[in-house]
Amino acid sequence: MIEFRDVEKAFGDNVVLHDLNFSVQQGDRVTLIGPSGSGKTTILRLVMTLEEATDGYIFVGGEPLTHEERGGKRVERSKKDQKRIRQRIGMVFQQFNLFPNMTVLENIIEAPVHVLGQSKAEAGEKARLLLDKVGLSDKADAHPTSLSGGQQQRVAIARALAMDPEILLLDEVTSALDPEIVGDVLAILRNIADTTDITMLIVTHEMQFARDVSNRVLMFDGGKIVEEAAPDVMFSSPKHQRTKDFLHAVLGDADGTIGTH
Amino acid sequence: MMGIPAGLDWDWSTAADVLPTLLTQFLKVTLLVTALGTVIAAILGLVIAMAMRLAPRPIAAAVKWIANIIRMTPIIIQLLFAYYAFLSLDAITVGVIVFGIHYSTYMSEVYRAGIDAVPRGQWEATTALSMSMRRTWMAVIIPQALRATIPALGNYAISMFKDTPFLLVIGVVELVNAGLIYGGNTYRYIEPLTLVGIIFLLASYPTSLLIGRLEKRLAYNT
Repeated sequence: MIEFRDVEKAFGDNVVLHDLNFSVQQGDRVTLIGPSGSGKTTILRLVMTLEEATDGYIFVGGEPLTHEERGGKRVERSKKDQKRIRQRIGMVFQQFNLFPNMTVLENIIEAPVHVLGQSKAEAGEKARLLLDKVGLSDKADAHPTSLSGGQQQRVAIARALAMDPEILLLDEVTSALDPEIVGDVLAILRNIADTTDITMLIVTHEMQFARDVSNRVLMFDGGKIVEEAAPDVMFSSPKHQRTKDFLHAVLGDADGTIGTH
Repeated sequence: MMGIPAGLDWDWSTAADVLPTLLTQFLKVTLLVTALGTVIAAILGLVIAMAMRLAPRPIAAAVKWIANIIRMTPIIIQLLFAYYAFLSLDAITVGVIVFGIHYSTYMSEVYRAGIDAVPRGQWEATTALSMSMRRTWMAVIIPQALRATIPALGNYAISMFKDTPFLLVIGVVELVNAGLIYGGNTYRYIEPLTLVGIIFLLASYPTSLLIGRLEKRLAYNT
């Protein structure tokens, strides 16, 4: 579903990702872990085309995303092609990024109506179902600024799902939330993971969530994958010293593992 | 007694005599030029701000250069220049266009600041939702930029309103000129000019209050 082939991303002289190769199958739930600055968020931003790779190729659903190889050269794809592929991808941000000038419902139906061409009634009906799913059916006409952070993030999740994405990118979606409401948001995401086959690429510091939801965990350090494993294996018996150190630091356990819940 | 009309001897009958003329010119000229000039400035200002952001670099640079020239020359010079350069246009039309263009260069800066103040995350959300460029601007960026800029735009409208007396250099009989003409004919200047000042004050002050209220209403706390 997603493939990175020799991807490099540099900001000026600062190389964030170096010759990165990995692929994600349809329906995979892949969590990217690692210290900050290791390039995890950059990977999501590259897939969402918020950043452009400086070299290499990214494929989504078998198609090149922003650049393709033509006659041995790396050429940018047309904006139209990029947009078509982009429509298969949704993203939820750390800072929610709801549109404050619109109501909750307007936020959710904006893209379905104006990008996918759905009627307002059709999009509205679906939006209400999604609001119900995230437990905010009474907030359709509220403005985002009147909602708590957790509520805003739930609206943002509904807004991303309204586009029926095949791929959902979750960029530290609980990092800006108060600890006591993190659980609500994670429960919703867990429910989505259980009831759909959306491919998910997750950057999170919630290791328990990573363990519950994902089927693969990639450990990043210095712009490279240092270890890849199923969550059970990764969290109970990490092989690489960098992984052990990282898990030890975030979990605070002596042995760097999380017990079963 | 017909003494020399000087000093502060206020004559109520003179005031009553000149008031209708002043109010007529106020409505027909001052208010009209301000209203139309503000509309032109508000629209053109936005066009300039967007051109500086969206147009190809040489065009954006040219627009910026022209806007700077307009902003840095006195409006009186621009009025006289436009009046003599386009003799086929009547003076009021020249006034509306010159005020509109002159103030659009100021308003474009306000819009620019407003557009720059829209957080990057908003742009990123429009990308993540595959929104078109047009829809991004119309539904997300401009509404949010406007919210932040309406007070400043209102203040420029008041400022333009107070600049309308400059129209007398191209012979437009607006409020001040009407007062001066009355004084020239009757040798009574105190009454008309006092009334002119009061009319300006009575029009400006409520407008500024209105802008203040609008600013409060537009805050995101509905």
